[in-house]
Amino acid sequence: MVWVLRAGGWASVLVTFGIVITLVKESWPFFQAVPFDRLFTDKMWTPLFSEPQYGIGALLAGTLVTTGVALLVAIPLGTILAIYLSEFAEPQFRDWVKPMLELLSAVPTVVYGYFALLTLTPLLQKIYPDLPQFSMLSAGIIMGIMIVPYVTSLGEDAMRSVPMLLREGAYALGDGKLGVALRVVFPGAFSGLAAAYVLAISRAVGETMIVAIAAGLQPRMTVNPLESAATVTAFIVQVSLGDLPHGSIGYQSIFAAGAVLFLMTLGFNLAGHALRRRFHRAT
Amino acid sequence: MSAAPEINGRMESEASASDTKAMPKVQIHGLNFFYGTNQVLRSVTMDVPALKVTALIGPSGCGKTTLLRCMNRMHDLYLGNRYEGSIVVQPDGTDILDASVDPIQVRMRFGMVFQKPNPFPKSIYENVAYGLRLQGMSRRKELDERVEKALREAALWEEVKSRLHQMAHNLSGGQQQRLCIARAIATDPDVVLFDEPTSALDPIATSKIEELIVELKKRVTVMIVTHNLQQAGRISDMTAFMYLGELIEFGDTNRMFTNPAKPQTEDYISGRFG
Amino acid sequence: MRPDLFHALQAKRASRRRSIDQWFRRLGLFLTLTTLGILGILLLNLAMNGLARVDWNFLSSFPSRRAGEAGVLSAWVGTLLLMMVTAGAAIPFGLAAGIYLEEYAPKNRWTDFVEINISNLAGVPSILYGLMALGLFVYQFRFGQSVLAGGLALACLVLPIVIVATREALRTIPSSIREAAFALGATRWQAVWHHLLPYSTGGIATGVILAMSRAIGESAPLITIGALTFIAFLPPAPWVDHAPFVSFDWLFSPFTALPIQMFNWVSRPGEEFQANAAAAGLILMVITLSMNAAAILLRRRAQRNITW
Repeated sequence: MVWVLRAGGWASVLVTFGIVITLVKESWPFFQAVPFDRLFTDKMWTPLFSEPQYGIGALLAGTLVTTGVALLVAIPLGTILAIYLSEFAEPQFRDWVKPMLELLSAVPTVVYGYFALLTLTPLLQKIYPDLPQFSMLSAGIIMGIMIVPYVTSLGEDAMRSVPMLLREGAYALGDGKLGVALRVVFPGAFSGLAAAYVLAISRAVGETMIVAIAAGLQPRMTVNPLESAATVTAFIVQVSLGDLPHGSIGYQSIFAAGAVLFLMTLGFNLAGHALRRRFHRAT
Repeated sequence: MSAAPEINGRMESEASASDTKAMPKVQIHGLNFFYGTNQVLRSVTMDVPALKVTALIGPSGCGKTTLLRCMNRMHDLYLGNRYEGSIVVQPDGTDILDASVDPIQVRMRFGMVFQKPNPFPKSIYENVAYGLRLQGMSRRKELDERVEKALREAALWEEVKSRLHQMAHNLSGGQQQRLCIARAIATDPDVVLFDEPTSALDPIATSKIEELIVELKKRVTVMIVTHNLQQAGRISDMTAFMYLGELIEFGDTNRMFTNPAKPQTEDYISGRFG
Repeated sequence: MRPDLFHALQAKRASRRRSIDQWFRRLGLFLTLTTLGILGILLLNLAMNGLARVDWNFLSSFPSRRAGEAGVLSAWVGTLLLMMVTAGAAIPFGLAAGIYLEEYAPKNRWTDFVEINISNLAGVPSILYGLMALGLFVYQFRFGQSVLAGGLALACLVLPIVIVATREALRTIPSSIREAAFALGATRWQAVWHHLLPYSTGGIATGVILAMSRAIGESAPLITIGALTFIAFLPPAPWVDHAPFVSFDWLFSPFTALPIQMFNWVSRPGEEFQANAAAAGLILMVITLSMNAAAILLRRRAQRNITW
């Protein structure tokens, strides 16, 4: 019976294996054919054109800006909520609010995309009429909302693990609740909070549907969130929607983009894991 | 009369006669305390004398720590606690248990040192400066002076003066506790509350802190909860013996240890229970 | 120390600290309710735009170029078939892996690596699972752009969720229970099968429901492997009316799914298609929210029933 279980234990390793091998194998021809420096010196990302350009920076810019907007929403909001739930709210309140917040991250991302394109964008256009139909701002804001539960949940867990004894030392000196939260609990929970932030970044970088629907599918080298642009993930979607014969340049290019994406999120995930380990060791 | 346990040399003592005439620092009257529906303190009444060390002793669960934490309204931090009675601080004459009194203000007048050292995850300097900053001090020179003064009074200055900006948790247990004492006294509180401050420390660290406390009482009133009878005998001027939430006996330490008035006190001190 | 002045100055500070606390408490409550409110706004928005479209016709029609006649039949059937594959693959492997890692595996560098690996997989963007499925399942294994490939892609995606949930559920059982079983002479497997699994069913079921809910809502991996958005037919049924009465043809059929269909409609201009998208979205939301709510209630009940 144990061998059955052991086989299961290998399953997760096999999946990682599968991802890595597939990405490497299918993108290898692309990286062989394209001179490495062109990835950085070309100004546009148009690998499928007859005169292809391989500036992956255009895609990275899209990912960077949408992630940036999302973090501008998620980190402050998520942190304030984490502090409130951990230090101020009553236990019963916290008990039903936490699962409900997690529901926010369980909404299918197409639905968020719909909301961003058809509800938020028109709303933003009332404030700023020049906003295009597709914009990184709109997608970024909705992405931020989707990510808030990650920050709040992990952050609140981290803060609650700070021992009460530490807080009492500060209260005994005459500090108030917010003061204790910011001056003692926050620094004490720091690596746990950092882990939450890093994992939120990873989630934002890897998000596909919201940006594909609401931020646009045209790669554009810009850092202006009020414009439309494609992210690394949106590019993969866009090409997949068309014909994709095995081995064609389009086929190879999405694996190349996927490889870049994998490396980015791997870095963030490992960092987040290490931070979380460090936090658990410290408490 | 049964022999009281050998007391290892009192560190300092003053004639008790003149003390009773001086104005007490804190007057506790009819204090009842409830954890929810559970009554933990019953009608405690005692006058804590100024500039003396008052020890609270008694077996586990007798309420001595609960009483100590009433003094700086620490119980307010948790739901379901209730006070009855009064704790009046002199010379103000204010009852700190009154609902209109701000616990934050009370805690700025009473310092507290806890059973386990609990330095903040900050530098040594910032730990001591925390309370000073809370009270509005911000000028570097002022802070430097007060931090040094507090560390000297806590007998820690020489050991840390060259590494003030290193993290506090790098210090040993005994050093950390002295740091916590420095932190508590930096703001010149009227009263310092010690909750079994040496129970987690080795004998050498313990004796350093006991010396410190005896020095401290020249400037502040001290209340100390301790499990260690010899410690109470060594450093305190007055002792309060508590049992099951009641104050059984309160008086001059020397007298209580050699000639206790109540049988329960005598039983506890001679080790018949505990 | 002059008591009066000390008090006056510090009194002001203390009261300022109190009012800051009060102000932050109000801010925190406001932001919490607002953030939760967004969920409600989302549902309301979908309902306002799409509820009218949800009727029996909608559920039993194929997609069509004419928005008014389009429906989600192929989409929800596709989702159903996909889930059968996903559940069939993810649950056994996830359970086995979770049990093995929690109860059997020795604590060494290898298991450390496996743990880091699982935690990394949980953070891999869903579209990369689609890419893997494209290269591996669609082409390498020659499953084609089929229900099987899609279901397996989603199974890999949610595998970490099942593993982690199983491990956590097993972890809450105190070691004294295991020791009691061993002391009576049970093998490790007997201890697991007779004691640990039954006691942790609640936690495991919660994890499985959350995993399936996640799988139902995913669209990126499916788009990548080529789930078509305009499918005006149903995959062949899993049953046939002659021996052996079961057919596996449906596994290799092209397919679509609910979130794909919604994506397709969102991308089309015109209010009518948008209404369809809202309707599909509403159905999706109802399914995923009720599954999540069920999981939460299940977790609550499991925690309350067995107190260690």
